[in-house]
Amino acid sequence: MPFIPHTPQDVAGMLATIGAGSIDELFDEIPADLALDDALPIGPGLTEPEITRLMLARAGQDGGPLCFLGAGAYEHHIPAAVWALATRGEFYSAYTPYQAEASQGTLQIIYEFQSMMAGLTGLDVSNASLYDGATAFAEACLMAVRANRKSRSRRVLTTRALTPVYRAVARTMLSGQGIELVELPVEAGRTSLAALQAMTGQDFAALAIQQPGFLGVPEAVDALTDWAHAGNLLVIGVCNPLWLALLRPPGEWGQAGADIACGEGQPLGIPLASGGPYFGYLTCREALVRQMPGRIVGRTLDLDGRPGYTLTLQAREQHIRRSRATSNICTNQGLMVTAATIFMTLLGAEGLRRVAAQCHANTRDLVAALTRLPGVSLAFEPFCHEAVLRFDRPVAPLLQALSARGILGGFDLAADYPEIGPGLLVCATEMRTAEDIECYVQALGEALAGRRA
Amino acid sequence: MNREPVVFEHSRPGRRAPSHAPAHCADTASLPQELLRRSPPLLPEVSELDAVRHFTRLSQLNFSIDTHFYPLGSCTMKYNPRAANSLAMLPGFLARHPLGAVGHGQGFLECLFELQEMLKAVTGMQGVSLTPMAGAQGEFAGVAMIRAYHAARGDHARRVIIVPDAAHGTNPATATMCGYDVREVPTGPCGDIDLDALRQAVGPDTAGIMLTNPSTLGVFERRIAEVAGIVHAAGGLLYYDGANMNAILGRARPATMGFDVVHLNLHKTFSTPHGGGGPGAGIVAVNQRLDPFLPVPIVGERDGRYVWLTERERPQSIGRLSAFMGNAGVLLRAYVYMRMLGAPGMRRVADYAVLNANYLMTKLRQAGFDVAYPERRASHEFIVSLKAIARDTGVTAMDFAKALLDRGYHAPTTYFPLLVPECLLIEPTETESCEVLDGFAAALVAIRDQARSDPAAVKAAPLTTPVRRLDDVRAARDLDLTWQRRKSPAGAS
Repeated sequence: MPFIPHTPQDVAGMLATIGAGSIDELFDEIPADLALDDALPIGPGLTEPEITRLMLARAGQDGGPLCFLGAGAYEHHIPAAVWALATRGEFYSAYTPYQAEASQGTLQIIYEFQSMMAGLTGLDVSNASLYDGATAFAEACLMAVRANRKSRSRRVLTTRALTPVYRAVARTMLSGQGIELVELPVEAGRTSLAALQAMTGQDFAALAIQQPGFLGVPEAVDALTDWAHAGNLLVIGVCNPLWLALLRPPGEWGQAGADIACGEGQPLGIPLASGGPYFGYLTCREALVRQMPGRIVGRTLDLDGRPGYTLTLQAREQHIRRSRATSNICTNQGLMVTAATIFMTLLGAEGLRRVAAQCHANTRDLVAALTRLPGVSLAFEPFCHEAVLRFDRPVAPLLQALSARGILGGFDLAADYPEIGPGLLVCATEMRTAEDIECYVQALGEALAGRRA
Repeated sequence: MNREPVVFEHSRPGRRAPSHAPAHCADTASLPQELLRRSPPLLPEVSELDAVRHFTRLSQLNFSIDTHFYPLGSCTMKYNPRAANSLAMLPGFLARHPLGAVGHGQGFLECLFELQEMLKAVTGMQGVSLTPMAGAQGEFAGVAMIRAYHAARGDHARRVIIVPDAAHGTNPATATMCGYDVREVPTGPCGDIDLDALRQAVGPDTAGIMLTNPSTLGVFERRIAEVAGIVHAAGGLLYYDGANMNAILGRARPATMGFDVVHLNLHKTFSTPHGGGGPGAGIVAVNQRLDPFLPVPIVGERDGRYVWLTERERPQSIGRLSAFMGNAGVLLRAYVYMRMLGAPGMRRVADYAVLNANYLMTKLRQAGFDVAYPERRASHEFIVSLKAIARDTGVTAMDFAKALLDRGYHAPTTYFPLLVPECLLIEPTETESCEVLDGFAAALVAIRDQARSDPAAVKAAPLTTPVRRLDDVRAARDLDLTWQRRKSPAGAS
């Protein structure tokens, strides 16, 4: 019996202790008409060699194409030590650190993680993570509506330069509470400052902006932040954490700095893995900490006066506050936080900065090479490690042709940004070489010329 | 055990693990200079060996399933098979970009499609969405679907979600997040829901009820069919919180009990790792009437190929709950586990989980402990109340929990459910042997003996853990949440 240790003698002895004649008897409180007599329509069990053969074949089907696609998930080098350590059973098979004395390893890592995220974002405090970047954004909007004492508005102002799927997830999560997202248009790849000025005087709980924006263009974060604060809006900064080693952090935007930062933690040592598990991060000014969702770890002293770590500010949470909690969230993404903390420790500030700068340089090289092809031009400048290319024809057939040549060519903007025209968001991380870029140029040239793979 | 310094204390200016980043910093002159960071963030400066030692030592400060019996009630801390992890981490799965063409993901999508089908079989439901990333998000999806269903019928008067007083805190918190008011109904003396109170509670404002069965009291809700009849007759829907599915897997199905929507915690019933607090997965399954509202994406099959079904194919969907496909890697781990068990293995999960719980409950009752519902069968978990011992000796459930740590056992869930005073909620799971259960029972007996002879000794526990009891009041009052803002605590060494 897989994973069940009982011998027939064990079972007989245990039933005798209970005073039951059979295991079936232990289910006699389930009414007969609810009991399932037939076997589930699921096949027999597989042995480990059998399931290994199956999964090797399935993983092999996935092909391993050359990736020039970002759009919220990025291929970066992950040091071997990261997952070798994170999958140690003591991390992997532990749970939420309710018993602090028996969970100091997990708790100290969360404290170290909180310290690193606060440092990267330039804000005071961090939580222990949320599910992913999209839900972190939604929770940040909810938090801002709760926290803004100068406005009773249930509207959050955001921008079409913020990742489309984050806005979609936020709409799912906010609509039940009657909270509305209002979107500013994009101009030259970033939030339109003219449209922003036109909003002056309207009541919003917060302004949410993304740095770098979804289209790869850096936002005018100082002007946006100061505009928002002048109108008593809180400022939410959605940031790629890798880029915070290079770009000015939300805590230093404008005159007063952003109030809340959040984003997708995947670039910090988390594999692409078809979309998850990743983790979302959320940091804020200390004054807002009691409005934060999710677990928070604090450092304190034990009975002997030695430092130790424990979950704190739990009065915000569902298991205490029930229907009046700041969120229904129960867990964090603990194992991903463990990996990210190890990743940031190994890379350090200088390593992260070099990776971000290399991504920028490689994307610059990619753009330069691709725009030499006829009918391909750069849409917006400046850009960080993603850029929009404009085409003289629809992008989808080109992406299909590239895919047949083993290349993920980028993100087709047609559905989300019809106002841009045929556009492709491309990305070359530090993992792409000059040869990779040459492969892409060759394949795209052939696709544009209409040649089959 | 010695304490491990904070990683920043290992830091030395200029020390690095240089093989993980480019050898030189590329030119950033083409970025707007006014947007560049002025000073580097505070991150450690350590060698690779420094990092490996630090995090290895930290791991050794944890209790975990791999090292300790972990009978945390309502959390299903069973063995997490290593094959599920290594197979989900095959390079072909790990390297796949979430927005990659489906042509580059057929093997991955086939696993998810088959997982959906197996979860339909387990729950008896018609439709499944795998996207929710934890139980609480599955709850959100379920209640949002109930809301969408009523709204689609133009029925906007239903403003109340009913929850039993024994419910997990996530249930009322979820109802609030979905914009509902919460109405609690009490539990009767035998642990079943109070049906008269339920009849009083339902009405034209009832959107639905959230139930866990077996309940958090560790007993099967025997009159569930009547509950379903009362709620449906009032026009409400039934939500099944699958936290305790391990107790009935292959033995009973939520659809047959009358539930309209279910969430299952794959990190409980299907043994994906808890990871120190996530990632989990909280898939949702629904009957026909809620099917159009399932969150997207869903994996469909068309002409022998697997495809994503999105808002385009499912316009009534409540929408998206994650940027991509939920916790995809967790889904793969659950898939491997379910395929390894097969149909007979699933039923065995419930059989042996319930056998172990009833065995341990009997042993403890025979040893003189008070169990909450002695006349009832335990499900996969049960409650011991230490109220009498606490009254006689002053030694509380919390003290027992800490004393267990010194004896090498993770503590059960304490002080939940809230309606049983001084309680331990004990869930042994099916993967533990009877010797482990005997050892645990003996430890509880020894602690009780010590509580009577030397209560101060029990209250001083734990003594063998890396730290002793922590000052939670100080933690919340003098907030120290990050290293750079650390105040040097008085007396710290």
